[in-house]
Amino acid sequence: MIAEIGHYALVLALGLALIQGVVPLVGARKRDDTLMAVAGPTALAQLVFVAIAFMALAACYVVSDFSVVNVFENSHSAKPLIYKISGVWGNHEGSMLLWVLILALFGALVALAGGNLPATLKANVLAVQSWIAAAFVLFILGTSNPFLRIPNAPLEGRDLNPILQDIGLAVHPPLLYLGYVGLSISFSFAIAALIEGRIDAAWARWVRPWTLAAWMFLTLGVAMGSYWAYYELGWGGWWFWDPVENASLMPWLAATALLHSAVVMEKRNALKVWTILLAILAFSLSLIGTFLVRSGVLTSVHTFASDPTRGVFILAILILFIGGALALYAWRAPALKQGGLFAPVSREGALVFNNLFLTAACATVFVGTLYPLALEALIGDKISVGAPFFNLTFGPLFVPVMLAMPFGPLLAWKRGDALGAAQRLMGAAALALVAAAAVFAVNGDGPVLAPFTIGLAVFVMLGAVTDLVERTGLLRVAPAVALSRARGLPRSAWGTAIAHFGVGLTLLGIVSEATWGIERIVSLKPNNVVSLRSYDLTFDGLTTRQGQNYRQLTARFTVRQGGVAIDVIEPSKRTFATRQTSTTEAALMSRGASQVYVSLGDTNNDGSISVRIYHKPLVLFIWLGAVVMVIGGAFSLSDRRLRIGAPKPARKTGGSLQPAE
Amino acid sequence: MTRKQRRLVLIGSGVGVLALAAVLVLSALRDSIVFFNSPTDVVEKEIAAGTRIRLGGLVKPGTLTRGDELAVRFEVTDGKSAIPVAYKGILPDLFREGQGIVAEGVLDPAGFFKAETVLAKHDETYMPKEVADALKKQGHWKDDYGKKK
Repeated sequence: MIAEIGHYALVLALGLALIQGVVPLVGARKRDDTLMAVAGPTALAQLVFVAIAFMALAACYVVSDFSVVNVFENSHSAKPLIYKISGVWGNHEGSMLLWVLILALFGALVALAGGNLPATLKANVLAVQSWIAAAFVLFILGTSNPFLRIPNAPLEGRDLNPILQDIGLAVHPPLLYLGYVGLSISFSFAIAALIEGRIDAAWARWVRPWTLAAWMFLTLGVAMGSYWAYYELGWGGWWFWDPVENASLMPWLAATALLHSAVVMEKRNALKVWTILLAILAFSLSLIGTFLVRSGVLTSVHTFASDPTRGVFILAILILFIGGALALYAWRAPALKQGGLFAPVSREGALVFNNLFLTAACATVFVGTLYPLALEALIGDKISVGAPFFNLTFGPLFVPVMLAMPFGPLLAWKRGDALGAAQRLMGAAALALVAAAAVFAVNGDGPVLAPFTIGLAVFVMLGAVTDLVERTGLLRVAPAVALSRARGLPRSAWGTAIAHFGVGLTLLGIVSEATWGIERIVSLKPNNVVSLRSYDLTFDGLTTRQGQNYRQLTARFTVRQGGVAIDVIEPSKRTFATRQTSTTEAALMSRGASQVYVSLGDTNNDGSISVRIYHKPLVLFIWLGAVVMVIGGAFSLSDRRLRIGAPKPARKTGGSLQPAE
Repeated sequence: MTRKQRRLVLIGSGVGVLALAAVLVLSALRDSIVFFNSPTDVVEKEIAAGTRIRLGGLVKPGTLTRGDELAVRFEVTDGKSAIPVAYKGILPDLFREGQGIVAEGVLDPAGFFKAETVLAKHDETYMPKEVADALKKQGHWKDDYGKKK
């Protein structure tokens, strides 16, 4: 019964989406307030019905109703409650439903917070948002219905893939989807602007906070996925250039570019046409990302073709939205009025530079990810494009972005003083050179790139600090004056500096881990000792225990430093009976930002066990940097509310919606 | 500068960056892609020793031997041909005899495949797609095996 309620609610949501996609549009065309006003209530009602559908599916999972195919295939009665719930989005059908739920949530937020938007713009935005919702709900109902029943209900389910039974992967998809779907708002605004043929700085002021919020979720989502891969897969790697990872990196790069070009549009009313294009591209990449990961096209081009309805539907959605948006863009964009002028060396120029290189880097990732798929589909050759490709393409394109990053905020709008900025960055550059020289001295025969990239990371971080020092005049005026100036700085200035600092931090983590990380693969018997830098790890022995739905083999290691025991770490391997699979649970010992990482391999015939042991210096900076970027984003977001005052904070108004879910 | 000149500078630098990206992509594609081959491909195409490839197939039952210091040897087969593989390190969680795997490495002149990485399928229903296709080609394919779900 619950499943049927969910199914019915989803059908009703489709009906609402169709109404919302047409009526306000007609209203905006005819300037009919009554018709335009339909958009708000339907957006809210849509959220309510999609939420009912989602809750219904979640309820089926919680009570383990195995008569529902989706639950049978992805759940098990012995699974812990949290993974029963996260199992809802651990599969294609359920994740699509979560996607639509978040889409409806964003639509409702625009309806609630958009009171001060021009009426026609609001109506158009909500209508476009609703087309996306309609297409996706239709896709779910037509090809990926999670509410289908099995005539003879099995007694037990097939369980969720064990590697997904992890807290990291329970929160990773919702975060990522908040990012992906958040970009739909910028997309809808872009399309609405094209329909109206009018766009101004107020438009950018509206789009920027939404893009920023989406970007923050996307950053967290990507970082979370990377950390999960790091500790769960047991290989010690944190980024594999896997198509699934690239699918989330591409929208992130486009959103980062959009974030920066929207600043130019808001402050200087320039780059309008480009910003619109980026908004379209960012969401298009999100759509492609969503489908790449969940549709099965990565598992095999052939499974995709063997289920033609789903494949054709996905292609139709992609062509309709991406192709349609780009066609509309080609038709209407020339009509948009050109904005302010600027010299090549200026804040705008720096932001254009950032945009050019970010989009070029994004394009190389796109080629590397989709080229093998295209080649296989067209010619049948099977190739793999791995880390070497991306290191050779993405790396060189990202270096200029990093080099230019500290200059951007120091340049004035319209016409900047490159020499002046360079002078102010002398201190940062000098310290960066010192750092590079120090690395070179310590690491003389190591990789040549290490001193350069460490220097670059230091330059980026100190550049961000320089920006703040310059703005507050810390070294020129009395500390009290500097403090009061710091308090008076716009929050977005703080946000920029903090986020840029985070980028440097991430780079520092990446380079240290890659340069100084060491790996030992050994086979150990009890009481054997492995030495790793200053640590001695003693293998104490193995124990087994029974978990809720798995058996666990745990190894115990005592870590000593200079003969003193400082920690005990216990890596383990879990075997899940229902799927006959096992997962590796690596053990991590953090000291500062560095980690000792131990993961178990096979047990050998002679009673020894194979173990991977890594020491990874400053590895935590990789993810900490991402968190710092998000904090910077949050600062910038809080600035919007204070300064423009007009639109109510989106997130806060969202609070009143919570009971409906 | 006039508006037109400025626009030219903007477009010019855009084209320049894109050209740079294209050059990087093309040169990297030439040097760093790896082709997938089944054991039969390796035999029939007479792939030269030292070429970096991905080799995929099933681990032939009864061929797995473990040496000292985590060294392992096994044979990868697609039912028609089999290639001996040498690997040193920890095998993935799901590595078993009779399972589908993909190994990346180089062919040694001595006639075996020296693997640097070995990947096994992710769960009991998923088989690396290249392996599934290679097996299909040799007619050793059970339809119910490998289909997602």
